[in-house]
Amino acid sequence: MKTVYLDHHATTPLDAEVLEVMMPYLTTEFGNASSTTHDYGRRARAAVERGREEVAALIGAEQPDEIIITSGATESDNLAMKGLALQRADHSGHIITIAIEHKAILDTARFLEKQGFSVSFAPIDRYGLVDLEELRGLIRPDTFLITIQAANSEIGTIQPIAEIGAIAHEHNLLFHTDAVQALGKVDVDVVRDHIDMLSISAHKIYGPKGVGALYVRKGIRLQPLIHGGGHEMGMRSGTLNVAGVVGLGKAALLAKRDLVSESARLTALRDRLRQGIESRIDLVQLNGHPTRRLANNLNFSFSFVEGESLMLGCRGFALSSGSACTSASLQSSYVLRALQVPDAIAHSSIRFGLGKSNTDEQIDALLELLVENVKRLREMSPLYDMAREGIDIESFSWSEHDHHNH
Amino acid sequence: MDAWDDYTEEVMDHYEHPRNVGVVDNPDGVGIVGNPACGDVMKLSIRVENDHIVEAKFKTFGCGAAIATSSMVTEMVKGKSLDEALQISNKAVAQSLGGLPKIKMHCSVLAEDALKAAIDDYRKKKKEK
Repeated sequence: MKTVYLDHHATTPLDAEVLEVMMPYLTTEFGNASSTTHDYGRRARAAVERGREEVAALIGAEQPDEIIITSGATESDNLAMKGLALQRADHSGHIITIAIEHKAILDTARFLEKQGFSVSFAPIDRYGLVDLEELRGLIRPDTFLITIQAANSEIGTIQPIAEIGAIAHEHNLLFHTDAVQALGKVDVDVVRDHIDMLSISAHKIYGPKGVGALYVRKGIRLQPLIHGGGHEMGMRSGTLNVAGVVGLGKAALLAKRDLVSESARLTALRDRLRQGIESRIDLVQLNGHPTRRLANNLNFSFSFVEGESLMLGCRGFALSSGSACTSASLQSSYVLRALQVPDAIAHSSIRFGLGKSNTDEQIDALLELLVENVKRLREMSPLYDMAREGIDIESFSWSEHDHHNH
Repeated sequence: MDAWDDYTEEVMDHYEHPRNVGVVDNPDGVGIVGNPACGDVMKLSIRVENDHIVEAKFKTFGCGAAIATSSMVTEMVKGKSLDEALQISNKAVAQSLGGLPKIKMHCSVLAEDALKAAIDDYRKKKKEK
């Protein structure tokens, strides 16, 4: 049996319709979109502009030239933050974000701190939701940017971005959101939601890897990160990846077309899995928000069972875990830790990322494996025995433990 | 991630069909090592006769490598004298499983540590008697 893909937060397969429209631009239509002295270039330029329009339509941007093409959302996040910060004459000022952002935001924030900027993290609750009053309280006279994700890739929590945008605009601040996980599942509108900059990735919405975009509201100037021929309104030089932009555009078009129907289908599938887990397995914890969460995301901790060992038991399913044993850093998920989830619970977490190809039958088959393996692994778990004997695992005096550093 | 690809057949066999799961009745020595906060805990219990380990059972909370090395170490110690058992290193356990991915080698330290802790526990108890 082919492995069932349930890791759609990491990436999604390229849609056949997307590949089809890209193909000519990988073969016969090889023109450079900047070389418009001939037909080749003009056709490439037209294809890029169409792609830009399709992206603009997905997010409600008023003008296609507000869409800056990038290599992906990591670059988009970097460009939004560094581009805006380094534009400031005195290279100082204050940025507000949250601790569960993607590393592209967190590491860029850290970089900017070293350059003399200051960064504050708005408090989040145990579901990952930002506290709007606390956020408002963090705003200082020198604050120039709030950057908060539209939805989280691990726990699926959807932030109140329209409210955050309104707060930013009340204070004449710019609001950037990394909307990578939300697009195609949540209706995002940059005008209605008071968004000034928004990061997009093609491969998270069934488009190709290596291409993304940054929406930049008209009138905002950014320092380019990549200098050169002055492409992309001078904000991002480099010959355009025409096939990539065409694919991004088509993926955006499909995401917009299918938003309502696919969200409803994914929600039903997700709830089938959630109800199955909660009704058939005891001692589980849902990580992330109970209701404000992405239609395709579930994140459960199965107490006393380590995440990687449970994934192994779910043979034939591609999943991911917040366990240290699946990360190169040997650290449990920083997102779960930021929610004050105890380490033992973080190590026991599994993320389920549903997508277009998943079916009820697959979910039912996965449930059988989960039920069987959680039971089997708990019978093997010394922590499960201790819990049944009434020993508190949190306060037990564990041995000094340094084998991770051997 | 499809971790099955990272592990040898022996590791997967011990993960799927672990040997000697449980706790020895009235154990002569028990070692509990690891920490749930680090993602792995192993409890190893042994029965000792004439300074030889005649029975060893484990319970492990941990990844596939931790479970497989736990299972393997219970097989390796059976019939060994305590001094012989103390010579078993985490590398030897991993080798018996056909090797572990580099990043998982630290998981095998848990098995070695649990074995030492169980033998220590036995010797401490014996002294007290």
